[in-house]
Amino acid sequence: MPRLAPLLFLLPIAVSLGSVSLYPILNGLWLSFTNTSLVTQEHDFIGLENYAQLLGDDLFWNAWRHTVYFTVVSTLAETILGLVMALLLVEHFAGRSIVRAAMLVPWAMPTVVTSKMFGWLFDGQYGVVNWALRSSGLIAENINWYGSIDHAMTTIIIADVWKTAPFMALLLMAGLQTIPKSLIEAARMDGAGPVATFIHVRLPLLMSTLLIAGMFRALDAFRVFDLVYVLTGGGPADATETLSTLSYKTLFSALQFGYGSAMATAMFITEALIAIGFGFFIMRKMRAPR
Amino acid sequence: MIYERNRLQTILIYCGGLLILFWSAAPFLWQLSTSFQNDVELTAATPSFIPSPLTFDHYANIFVEKSFQLYLRNSLIVAGFTTLFCLAVGAMAGFALSRLDIKGRFGILAAILSVSMFPQIAIVGPLYLLASDLALLDTYSGLVITYVALGVPLVTWVMFGYFDTLPREIDEAARMDGCSTVGLFWRIILPISAPSLVTTGLLAFIAAWNEFMFALAFTSNIDHQTVPVGIANFTNLHYIPWGDIAAASIVVTIPLVLLVLLFQRHIIDGLTQGAVKE
Repeated sequence: MPRLAPLLFLLPIAVSLGSVSLYPILNGLWLSFTNTSLVTQEHDFIGLENYAQLLGDDLFWNAWRHTVYFTVVSTLAETILGLVMALLLVEHFAGRSIVRAAMLVPWAMPTVVTSKMFGWLFDGQYGVVNWALRSSGLIAENINWYGSIDHAMTTIIIADVWKTAPFMALLLMAGLQTIPKSLIEAARMDGAGPVATFIHVRLPLLMSTLLIAGMFRALDAFRVFDLVYVLTGGGPADATETLSTLSYKTLFSALQFGYGSAMATAMFITEALIAIGFGFFIMRKMRAPR
Repeated sequence: MIYERNRLQTILIYCGGLLILFWSAAPFLWQLSTSFQNDVELTAATPSFIPSPLTFDHYANIFVEKSFQLYLRNSLIVAGFTTLFCLAVGAMAGFALSRLDIKGRFGILAAILSVSMFPQIAIVGPLYLLASDLALLDTYSGLVITYVALGVPLVTWVMFGYFDTLPREIDEAARMDGCSTVGLFWRIILPISAPSLVTTGLLAFIAAWNEFMFALAFTSNIDHQTVPVGIANFTNLHYIPWGDIAAASIVVTIPLVLLVLLFQRHIIDGLTQGAVKE
């Protein structure tokens, strides 16, 4: 019994993750080598045909480019904005706890609600953002934000930055608070200004937190689904189609489970590469002598 | 702080704080205001920020015409059971990894966490086929089983972190008194971990309450669809009912916001412990 007890405690999680995460991943890999379709009811092994088709599929590469663009721009914007917010929030000021509490609102809200909310804020006709920009003289005519090919992706990025930058700030703030105050005070004594203190003391010590938080954010941004699916549905004219939305449509609208699985697997591989890339930097950072 | 801020720095800090407050709260407050305004005011050339006249029509609409209470019921059932199972499964795993003699515990922990990093789109197709074979489509069970697996890695990680802070002397004293492993877990460790269980449960609840993609794929009618699916489908034939959408958004978000504000300290601690640990 004593030998067995630890395993019994781990049994439920093993069953749960095994059946709902591991099995579908392997099954998805298998499906990607088949022509499984709920329309034609075929289910035959076709080797690498799906992947060959993927390489020449303009829609796939279009979605791939959008996803990479979205991931890079939103991760960068969220990290930089989050860092600025975090630096401000480690300073003591009256009402700081209220600000910190308010920052949890975007994080806690369902993404579908965020999506609809930005749909209303950025509405091309009655949106309050257009009104504000017009009243302040920044634009002369209403902009058709997510209804136009030129601005749809930008609108989605703004919504994503709104939702996740505050949370990024809270993570980075926790990282900043672990930096010993004595180090910062010593730098001040030596006559370093706030900017020099930031660049030479805080930033180097914050680097591993920044990289880890950035990695999680990038992985999350790469699989963006709710925001796009609800706000634009991938349109207009595929201008905001991402890998998740395209895979979802291939699976559940076209009912091509084989081809859709190949697409999801390709996405999975790209995600793994992102993780490995970040992991490489994180390892190097951690090994570097302090 | 040893050094003094000068006046300019103080002003900058307060301006910055106000900006963050505006950034985080303003869109939500606008949604709140929208939900109390008539469509006539909402489509006026100049938006009015304070609703006048104040109307409850949108709230009446979503409950009477759109049966929003059914979505709420479905979401409560799904998220509630998900939270219970997540806590049970995750606390057991976290306990075993933290207190029991297990070889390669950090390997197992890393494996559990890395499973949660798979893109969900990669499992939704195969899971759909599986759920269809097992007649779990359009059921609460299908969603709960899925959400437990999605939420449990985080719950395990946070609970493990908490259990690991409890002194080992507790275990030794309990063993001395003849406590079994199950007894140690059930009668000693779990009761003293109640605060942590509550906040971790809250995280699991929020995740399940907000989930959209699996709910969209696995349910096809109002009997089992959850709130996010309901809101996503809020459209009218001729126009977008922004007022109704705003009212629905407020109804589903207010409870979350209140819970989060109530537990904010613990949530921030719980969520950030992983990122800053080295």
